[in-house]
This record gives sequence, structure tokens and C-alpha cells, in this order.
Amino acid sequence: MQLIEFREEGLFVPQADVYIDPWKPVNKAFITHGHSDHSRSGNKSYVCTHSALPVIKHRLGSHINAKGIEYGEEMSVNGVKFSFYPAGHIIGSAQIRVEYKGEVWVASGDYKTTPDGVSEDFEPIICNTFITESTFGMPVFKWKPQSVVMDEINDWWRSNKEQGRVSVLAAYSLGKAQRIINNVDHSIGKIFTHGAVENVNEVIRRQGVHLHETIRVVQGQKQSMYTGGLVIAPPSAVDSVWSNKFKDFSSGIASGWMAVRGTRRRRSADRGFILSDHADWDELVGTVKATEAERIYVTHGYTDVFSKYLSSIGYYSAVVNTEYTSDELNTVAEDVEEANGIK
Amino acid sequence: MKRFAQLFKLLDYTTKSTAIINALVEYFSSTEDKDKVWAIALFSQKRPKRIVTTALLKEWSADLSELPLWLFEESYQMVGDINETISLIVPKPTKKSDNSLSYWIDVILALKDKEKIVIKDTVLDAWTSQDQDERFLFNKLITGGFKVGISQKSIINALSKVSGIEQSKVTHRLMGKWDPTNITYEELVLMADPTEDLSKPYPFCLVNALDIDCDQLGSPSNWSAERKWDGIRGQLILRSGEYYLWSHGEELVNDKFPELEQLKNKIETDIVIDGEILPFREGKPLNFITLQTRIRRKNVTKKHLLDTPIIIVAFDLLEYGGEDIREKPLIERKILLQEVVKEIDSDRLLLSEEIPFETWEELANERERSREFYSEGIILKHLYSPYKAGLIKGDWRKWQIDPLTINAVMIYAQRGNGRNTKLYTEFTFAVKDGERLMPFTKASYGLKEEELKEINEWVKKNTLERFGPVRSVNPELVFELAFEGIAKSARHKSGVTLRLPRIKQWRKDKPKSEINSLEDLNVLLNEFG
Ligand SMILES: [Zn+2]
Ligand SMILES: [Zn+2]
Repeated sequence: MQLIEFREEGLFVPQADVYIDPWKPVNKAFITHGHSDHSRSGNKSYVCTHSALPVIKHRLGSHINAKGIEYGEEMSVNGVKFSFYPAGHIIGSAQIRVEYKGEVWVASGDYKTTPDGVSEDFEPIICNTFITESTFGMPVFKWKPQSVVMDEINDWWRSNKEQGRVSVLAAYSLGKAQRIINNVDHSIGKIFTHGAVENVNEVIRRQGVHLHETIRVVQGQKQSMYTGGLVIAPPSAVDSVWSNKFKDFSSGIASGWMAVRGTRRRRSADRGFILSDHADWDELVGTVKATEAERIYVTHGYTDVFSKYLSSIGYYSAVVNTEYTSDELNTVAEDVEEANGIK
Repeated sequence: MKRFAQLFKLLDYTTKSTAIINALVEYFSSTEDKDKVWAIALFSQKRPKRIVTTALLKEWSADLSELPLWLFEESYQMVGDINETISLIVPKPTKKSDNSLSYWIDVILALKDKEKIVIKDTVLDAWTSQDQDERFLFNKLITGGFKVGISQKSIINALSKVSGIEQSKVTHRLMGKWDPTNITYEELVLMADPTEDLSKPYPFCLVNALDIDCDQLGSPSNWSAERKWDGIRGQLILRSGEYYLWSHGEELVNDKFPELEQLKNKIETDIVIDGEILPFREGKPLNFITLQTRIRRKNVTKKHLLDTPIIIVAFDLLEYGGEDIREKPLIERKILLQEVVKEIDSDRLLLSEEIPFETWEELANERERSREFYSEGIILKHLYSPYKAGLIKGDWRKWQIDPLTINAVMIYAQRGNGRNTKLYTEFTFAVKDGERLMPFTKASYGLKEEELKEINEWVKKNTLERFGPVRSVNPELVFELAFEGIAKSARHKSGVTLRLPRIKQWRKDKPKSEINSLEDLNVLLNEFG
């Protein structure tokens, strides 16, 4: 029996009757992080880190039966020891370590290994079997240091401001938005947010995390109020009539996909910034090595390529089909609808 | 090269012309002179010759990044551009540096005729200090494949703004042969060329559509009528033994029409002719579409010269004997023009023939025959009018023929370019082909704003599939499309290509079953193609 099996409902630990990030409703769900493809509604009970809990409750409803756990704290279920370690992906994101009779498996969820100043810093976990994501599992994806990308965003924002324009930047509302809010140069101007972003900000501030001041974009404000400001909004909102209210604006997109010229051109924004909450190629390969695992399962992204590469350098590696998505740009439509509903 | 890389990136994904000009102005006003010269050269297709093949670069980059070749191929599949793939997969730079564009070009030029091993060492070393954007350009430059889609006009506009020198002068200075390796910015752009006044054009007089009844124009005897040719408006300047040809877009197009160069020694006196460049063979104009394919190409080949011979049809004379005669009445200018054409006596230069007519009805009859001549209709000019600059109402009138039309169903909707990305503004249409639908043209103009809004809402609700900015939609909405011409085309699945297609009206009254068929298009092709 494998410690973790790959079932129709999700990653399953039979000995404990626990699922990790299931995509179909189950009794016991252990959740790596609050993105909607990893934490879905309908489960009878949830376990996640304390810092991931508020967002998950915000998303799935406060009525859910959910319990928080500290990073590093051990929780035993029928002899199986579970513990959560920082994944560096977004606030509260975790890799889930599963141990039974001395054998250790780690499910990574989504991760990135470089600190971003908002998420808890990633730690590699030694294990026998590592279940990894591979959203950017192609050697063409290599990120620049965050400070370099922030400088690019600052320069763009500053020059738009000088020309009396609004800077509208598309970024995933949970994770990347907060990372940008805290790391851009606040001396340039004010930061405005789309409702989908601000709803998440409120939740995160309430849990005691410091976020720089942001102003929610609401109907009926004077156009002049936004001039020179930086507006953070989900990609689907930037592409829609929502952004018409800014009249003279420059549009930008912050995403790992912007690394490739073809995608940049297809997205037709004025600027693309290469910024991702996922590991790049070097981080993925480096993490696999750091876990000292001998078996590697690959869950989502460029799974075939990454797994084939791992096999070629001597790992036992296989692809696992999951329902996690790897599109940073298009999965946020539901957040926007939600935000528009709430207003 | 970081600044140039930034500029390139911006030009690469902006379609808005003011943003392009602004970026160029910013670059030209703040970069060192040597880089300016190279930037102008690269934008004008004067790029260094290939030093190394992409295949070799690929091999070296896979080695350096310690990746198996299959993984390189996978990456290339995903990225779609080999030089970009190489720039992405080689390890991140280990050295910090920002060498200029001209520095790297000098490095590349110095590798000419060097041994492979020397080239390899230089390339690998360059990669360790360049960021990905710089590497991408470096790879394109060293493999001789640098290209950027930017018009000469934008460059000239920007240089004129930066230097304060008139556009026509800048155009002249950048024209012809110059070598970026041995010219300074001063010599190339700032210094006056003693011959540049020779090339200076006059502003074109533009034509208004005829929006009233001919009767209201008064007596037919005050008007001249000529066929409206469907070609490229051009100003032919022959001064002091030199030849210059300006297009309507105020671009010097000497290189595109080398055939006309022979006119320059055929007349003693300085003249400027306004006319239309037409594809023409055996006494008859050819379909304009043939000329379009020729002018889109960077270099005119022998094959073009054979397949699409051109002439210029002269209809006005603006300068004679070095004297500006635009104030003289048209009737006098025409007499001088006739003499000039006779003196030049070349089969490349024809006089635009006047259509004799006594009554407006007679002229209306002639207008009906326009398509026989691949003509778009009739141009009416007041015989006693001066030659004015720009769009002046009254003296020059265009009496166009009614366009061809066809009913078709919309099958794809695409978001617009640049700032218009929020709306679906470009549509693909299909006609019936038996049981199937055959796409045959795109069109984006002609809808009213409210209609466009309504269609956008409809598109969102009736999407079948999405591919990037394009959606396929339920084939339901029927439109009447208008177009000016039709030609055979091997590149299109339908076998035809339309000239100036646009949406004439949204036929809400018509069900999909009543759209036209591919046979109908072929009938039009046989008749007018
Ligand atoms: Zn995630
Ligand atoms: Zn994921």
C-alpha cells in the first residue's frame, strides 16, 4: 500500500482516511492553501494552517468545519503523523508532510522558494517521496530577483505618473496582489484596489498581517482621484469594461507567463512583468534535489516534461493527473464575480 | 543594451502610434550618438551580416545549460522562437554589466571571418553578462535575423521631434546608401545635405466624396472628369537630374519603384507631377491586389518587376521649370502637363485621360463602366481651381461606384488591438459551402457603436471556443458586407481575397439560411476578378 494514493477525489492517505487538496467532496480534507483549485467547498471537515484559515473561511463560508494548525505542529490520525511546513507560495501556504512507520511523503501544493516579504519563507523537507507541482516546469522559466521586478514596476508607475496616467496592474487577487502592495515604492503614489483584491486584503489585515494602505475602487469616484495612482486588479477585470473608468491609463500584467514573448504579445497589455508565486525551473529542480527524495510525483503544469527530465537525471518519477490548474491568468474570474456581487 | 532592449520590447507589443513615437523620442533624446546611429540602422533594415547559424547557437546553449536536446526542443515548441528559447534557457548571468548597443555590435562585427572556436568563446562570454532581453537581441543580431515591425515614418517623425528638423529633410537624409559603421549621428541626421531641397515634396491635395447630386455642381463644362484609379498616390519629382518618388503617406518610395528612375534623364527642366502608381500591363491596369503584394515586400525582386510592372498615371503638374505653379488654374496646369508627358515620352508615364462628357447623365453612364478598368469611379475637378493642400471641400470630388456586396454569417470575433482590447471589433465571416461554412474574409469597420455593444454582449453569450483573443461563436448573425474588389488567392482557403471589406449593415431581418454561397463569390470573381 502506498502512503498516499491517487484517487478520483484527490490525493488520499488510506491509513488515516485523509485527503489532501481534494477536488471532490470528502470527509476529511487537509488543505495546502486558499487558492480555489486547492481548497474547494463541500468537504465535511478541513484542516489548514492558522494563517491560511481566514482566507479559506472567507472563500468557502464561515460555516465550514475547519481547524487551524501551527507550522511544524504534529497531528496524529490513526497512527499517521501529519505536519505542515511553509511553501512560500502565499500567506498560510503549506507543504503537507505525512509520516507513517518511518516513511515520509511530502505534498507540496504550490510553492516558491525565494522569500517575498509577505508569505512565510519556504523550507525544503527531507522525505522519501515528494509530490511536486510544475506550473513552470520548463527550463525557459527563470525568474529575476523580486527587487529587480519591483524596480521595473516602480519605473513604469513613476513614468505613468509623470505623464498624468493611471497605472493599472493585473495580478492574482490572493497572493501576488499583496506581494506587490507591500513591495512597490510607496513614495510614488497611492495604491488602489479592485474589490476582489480589497476583499482579500481586509481578511488578511484582520488576521494581523501588515499590508500597506490601499483604497478600494468604487463606483462614481472622480476620474482625477486615480491619476498617478497604481491600481491592482485581477487580470479578468483589467481586460473588461471595469477598467474603462480610468480613461487614460497604462496596463500591465504581473505573471510568470510574461517571460515568453508570444504570451506577452497575445495579452496585449502595455507592459508585462515577470513575477510569479510559483517556483521557476531552477527552484523546482533545486527543491527536488533538496528533499533527497527518491520518488517524485508531478501534479500540475508542465508535468510530462518535468517528470521526463527528472527520470533522465535518475529519479523515479511519474505524472499524477489532478484537477489543479496552472493558469495564473484565467482562474480568477470567480473572484471578480464574487467581488462584484458583494461590491 | 538594456535601454535598447527595453525600447524593442515596447515596440514589440504596442500598436498605438503615439506610444511608439514617444518611446522613440525618449530613446533618441537620451542615448549616446553611436547607439542612435545603430538603432536607426537596425530599424531601417541595415543589420549586421550573419556571423553564426542558429543551429550552432542552439547546440552551445544546450551544452551550457546542461539540458538534453529533447528538452531544448520541447522548450522551443512552447516558445516558438529559436533565438528567444536560447536566451531563456542559458543560465542566468553571473556578471553585472550594461554595455551599449554599439558595444555589442562592435563585438559581433569583430567576429567576421573568425574561427568557430573564437566565436563560441565570445558568445558564451557575452551570455554570462547579458540579461535575457539583451541575449535575445544579441542572438538575433549575431545570426543576422534582427527584425522589428516599425515604419520608417515613425522613426522619421521621432527624429524630427528630437532634432527639430523638418520631416521631409530627415527622410531625405536617411534615404539611400549610408553605412552605420562609418557615419556619425551628426552627419546622418543633423547635417544638411546640399541636395535635400531637391527632394522636397508638396503637400497632396485630397479628394472629397461627392455627397450631392451632380446637377448641383453646375455646368458640366466647368469640370474635368477622370477615372479614379485604384493604385498608390504618388508625387514624382524630377529636379536637377535626380529622381524622387513620394507616396501619399509622405514616404520616399524610390526603392520600391526602381522602374521610374529611368524618367530622370528624359527632361531638361525641373518638374513635379502628381499621379497614381498603377500595376499595368499591355495597355491595361491590373488588379490592385497584385501591387499590394509587391509593396509589402522589403526588397523589390526581379520577379516583382516582371510580374507586376508599374506605370505612373499623371494627372497634375505642381512645378514647372523650377517654379511652383499650384496657383495656376487646373486647365493651365493640364496643358503644361500634356507637354511634359510628351517630352518625357516614356511608356512608364501616361497622361490621365479625360472622359469627354456633355451632360451629367453621360458621365453617370461612364461611371457604370468603372469596374471594366479596375477603377473605383470618377474624379471630378473644377477646371479653374488651384492646387490646394489637404482636404478642401469643393474643387476635387470623388464619385465612387457602389461597392460589391454579399451576405455572410459571423463565425469568429476577435478583440481589437492596443487600447481597444476590451471590445470584440474584428469579425470573421463565412458563406455557405454545401453543408459547411467557408470563412472568406475579416471585417472590422462599419458597425454603429450601439450595434457593436450589442454584438459584444451577444458574443459573450454565444461563444463556442476561445483561442487567445479570438472566440468562435454560434453562426447566427447575418451581415451584408461591402467591398471594392475581389481577386483569386491561393493563400486563402476560400480561394478569394476581398479588397477593402467592411460591414455595410447588420441584417437582423435575415436568417442564416439566406446567406450567400461560395459559388456566389466565384461568380463575382469571374466577373470582376
Ligand atoms: Zn496556488
Ligand atoms: Zn496549484
